[in-house]
Amino acid sequence: MTAPTVLTGLPDSGLAATDHSDGWNRPPIIEPDGEGELLEVAMGPHHPSTHGVFRMDVALDGERVIRLKPVFGYLHRNHEKIAEGASYLASMPYTDRLDYFCSLTNNWAFALSVEKLVGQDVPERAEYIRVILAELTRIQNHASTIGFLTQEMGASGTPLMYAFREREKILDLFEELTGSRMMCNYMRFGGCRVDMSAAHLASARKIVAGLPGFIDEFEALLSTNEILMARCQGIGKLRPELAINAGISGPMLRASGVDYDIRKVDHYGIYDRFKFRVPLGDHGDVYDRYMVRVLEMRESVTILEQALKDIPAGPIMDPKSKIRGFRPKPGEAYGRIEAPKGELGFYLISDGTPNPYRYRVRPPSLINLTVLEDMCLGESVADVVVIFGSVDIVLGEVDR
Amino acid sequence: MLGEGILKGMAETAKNFAGSFVSKERLTTVEYPEERIAPAENARVFPFLVYDSENWEKGLRCVACQICEKECPPKCIYIDKSKDKKPDYVGKQQFYPTRFDIDISVCMSCQICVEVCPFEAIKMDTQFELATDDRFGGLLLDREQLAKSNEYYHELHPTEAAEVDARLAEEKAKVEAKAKATEAAAAKAAADAAAKTAAPASPTQAKPEGGQD
Repeated sequence: MTAPTVLTGLPDSGLAATDHSDGWNRPPIIEPDGEGELLEVAMGPHHPSTHGVFRMDVALDGERVIRLKPVFGYLHRNHEKIAEGASYLASMPYTDRLDYFCSLTNNWAFALSVEKLVGQDVPERAEYIRVILAELTRIQNHASTIGFLTQEMGASGTPLMYAFREREKILDLFEELTGSRMMCNYMRFGGCRVDMSAAHLASARKIVAGLPGFIDEFEALLSTNEILMARCQGIGKLRPELAINAGISGPMLRASGVDYDIRKVDHYGIYDRFKFRVPLGDHGDVYDRYMVRVLEMRESVTILEQALKDIPAGPIMDPKSKIRGFRPKPGEAYGRIEAPKGELGFYLISDGTPNPYRYRVRPPSLINLTVLEDMCLGESVADVVVIFGSVDIVLGEVDR
Repeated sequence: MLGEGILKGMAETAKNFAGSFVSKERLTTVEYPEERIAPAENARVFPFLVYDSENWEKGLRCVACQICEKECPPKCIYIDKSKDKKPDYVGKQQFYPTRFDIDISVCMSCQICVEVCPFEAIKMDTQFELATDDRFGGLLLDREQLAKSNEYYHELHPTEAAEVDARLAEEKAKVEAKAKATEAAAAKAAADAAAKTAAPASPTQAKPEGGQD
């Protein structure tokens, strides 16, 4: 492959000019066809479509995107370094603030890696509670992601409000149980903080009973909508080889047709007890990502139904676990879960002190964002917004 | 047919629009300042300090052990320990905080102070309307502002407060029983000692008697 030509009048981003012919299979560098100059546009950091503070420096030839450079770090909060100075327990509420839409799955990922580090068991009931809360989190995350995606296509809020109406019920349950709607801080090393009472389980069952109807309604609203199909189909294609090479995970990877779900691969928690399918996409475009999320919501409902039926009585905390004076033996552990956005992992090194020696987050949002340029090259500006929305990121997790 | 999907979606929104006139369930929002939804029982916003009896200063359960200050993730609690001691709920002499400040502009409502407190002294409030134009003084709450009665705690979290009260009463009963037992033991020991001293006292008493002889 010959070195791509340096475009006129543009500072070299260093991304497009790299030769990735060794297995990366990047799309060909697009050369401007007409006369005239390229237009450089900074989309963000305050662009309404960027879900927070994020900038895309795009170079345009007319409407076509020639080059795109993601710029992030506006929301950097020193998460990892703070955690290295804090006790293991004190890091738990900080993990809520990573992906603030799904604080319970963040809690679970962190609790799982600490449990791996110290070799702690989790009681049966606590595992069931974790599954129930994680799947409810997945449903509310996917519903609101689709809502935001349609809003970026110009549907002025109706699907988003439908998603939020359902999310509201789930968040009400979270508030009753954990005390907070979004910053739950609920899971502990070796269990959960408070027990799910019969009233909580009853309201969870009521929510789950209403979910299939909501998903049907949501699909009637969107799935066959011609405008949505025209805006989504064939846009932002991600080939499976590139998805695997770039370390993409979650619904985005599965929309490209790669069968990889950590719930099935790792069987963390008690996921091997439940019957569910992993929906896969065919084309890897925005519509597949939308559809995979809808189908995942349906599978989550079946998991929830099974978990709510089988939940046993018993303790919710390992009696050996300590809240204060927690000092794991020297060692290291990596715990990962299938968070709604992809593989969320925590890598911990302990040196025997109350604080972790190294604390590293593997955020799905950041790593899924690395292929943004590859998906956007050659598309129009309006499609960039839609493609970006279909990645499903939260800037709290990208910048940390 | 082109446009079928859009019409299907429109039918869905029309159903919801018409439904909102007849079904209360479809109306999901309330007009906030006039109408309010009561907070959930477990809801938490910022911490407060619990006190028993009438006087907040005397009844404060906090013994200034400073565990919450150390465990607080964003380090928003500031405690000064007293030099002297005062009796706590079981009558044991304990230190008390001469200063207990919480900077609620830093607090992130994580509830870890409540979890680590061994004395059930700090609990979570549900009051959220705390807007102020005084950024520094208004958001740094001192111990007088933080002190709330046990009755107030019962109002906010009835089940949890009942459990805490039962636990504290049990502890108190235990301490009292122990105190009674030790008292009884002490009385018995004193009686024994008295008896012992009395028993050898007779020969000693006898001796002088004998000496007198």
